[in-house]
Amino acid sequence: MIRFNRVFKAFPKGSLALKDVSFHVAKSEFAFLTGHSGAGKSTVLRLIYADELPTSGTVRVSGFSTANLKRREIPKLRRRLGIVFQDFRLLEDRTAEENVAFALEVTGTRRSVIAPKVMRVLAQVGLAAKAQAYPRELSGGEQQRVAIARALVNDPLVLLADEPTGNLDERATRGVFQLLRDINATGTAVILATHDLDLVRQAPYRTIELQDGALVYDSAEEDERHEGVASQ
Amino acid sequence: MRLTIREALLSFRRAPVLSVLAVTTIAFALFVLGLFGLVAVNLRGALTQIEERVEIVMYLTRGTPVEVVTVAIGDIDAFPEVESVNYVTEDQALERARQQLVEFQGVFDDLATNPLPASLEIHLKPGFRDSRNARTVAQRLSGFRFAEDIRYGSDWVAKLDRLRDIAGVVGLVLGAGFAAAALIIIGTTIRMTVLARRREIHIMRLVGATDGFIRRPFLLDGALKGALGGAFAIALNYGAFLAVSRGLFQAAFFSTEQSALFVLFGTILGFAASALSVGRHLPSA
Repeated sequence: MIRFNRVFKAFPKGSLALKDVSFHVAKSEFAFLTGHSGAGKSTVLRLIYADELPTSGTVRVSGFSTANLKRREIPKLRRRLGIVFQDFRLLEDRTAEENVAFALEVTGTRRSVIAPKVMRVLAQVGLAAKAQAYPRELSGGEQQRVAIARALVNDPLVLLADEPTGNLDERATRGVFQLLRDINATGTAVILATHDLDLVRQAPYRTIELQDGALVYDSAEEDERHEGVASQ
Repeated sequence: MRLTIREALLSFRRAPVLSVLAVTTIAFALFVLGLFGLVAVNLRGALTQIEERVEIVMYLTRGTPVEVVTVAIGDIDAFPEVESVNYVTEDQALERARQQLVEFQGVFDDLATNPLPASLEIHLKPGFRDSRNARTVAQRLSGFRFAEDIRYGSDWVAKLDRLRDIAGVVGLVLGAGFAAAALIIIGTTIRMTVLARRREIHIMRLVGATDGFIRRPFLLDGALKGALGGAFAIALNYGAFLAVSRGLFQAAFFSTEQSALFVLFGTILGFAASALSVGRHLPSA
């Protein structure tokens, strides 16, 4: 569903953010994207939601390809994705409910559909009781749940999470991680970019590691190799 | 559409200080432009009044028959430059002189014959009241056999021409200057309001809003601020006009159409400035 094929991404000044990166993430898969700060994790995510285009190579996401992606198609692509950031990116002057509803309103969803859908996802992330609270009245973990609810409300095929637990304490981190696992269990693919190796070790999910813009480890390939060795 | 209107109006509620500041800044920028406009309108009014006094007088040879004069009046009236022709007979000329030159009353009473010639007073249409057209008409008039003398005050008409040219150039340069200043101020102000909401723009883009959808509330918001600023500026200008009219001299104010155009100008500026500012936050990727 998401396929990177020999992707290079150069910074404006010429140095490379990504060097020859190829991988494939299947439908309903959960994958960690790991690496140090500056390894290229966020660039990979930005290429997926077409905030950036590759310098060379192609990125395919759910039927869209950067090889022939038109500007007016980008919103359509993004409606199939849910995106979550370390800093939550909520609108401070709107309640939790309004923040989630905003994602539906700006995509032209009918008003009659919005309210029940918003309540459903807020319940899903465990925040139904705080629908009327403003972001400043919520803890970091709760704010991230609102952001996840906003990402989920358009029923995305993939949830992209860029260091979603980076600003959270251990307990909130566990809660958010469990929520992402639950979401994945319902069939939504999740790509979780993180440099928190403790988090990675908590679950037996696929891990893709980047180092200085190059893909240096992919547990899926490793598994294939083991299977190959075992069958020989 | 409803969301567009709601979001545009919400921007006033969410950021009241910034909105009031933006409207006030726009209002004062347009107020200065409006003051200049008022000066221009009044100057033009004064010039038009002076222009109305541009007149060509053709003195007729003594004894020219009335029938000939009547036919000539018809011809002259048909000149494209001519607005009206007035025939002043010898007797009427004397009567006028009596009334206007009271101190020579005795001289007029002693006259055995009327020394004053009959004349045609020719007024030109607006737009033709300059020295070039006055000269052209005068030359054409000199073709009539009974034309004794033709006068149109060529010196002061030439001066009027120069005054009009200077007023035109100065008006254009100053007007362009004031308009450019208003443009920059309004552009910067609107840009500030868009900048304050760039987070919103960013989130809209992430959740898949189309560029048009993102743009619309901002355009409406900018147009609304421009319109309010324009209306406020007209009110300020009216205040200034009242103060001048009561305290200094009788001045003219904008016509209703001019006032409406002024508000429209503010609206368009606000709209355009928004379009430019939002465009910066919608990268071409």
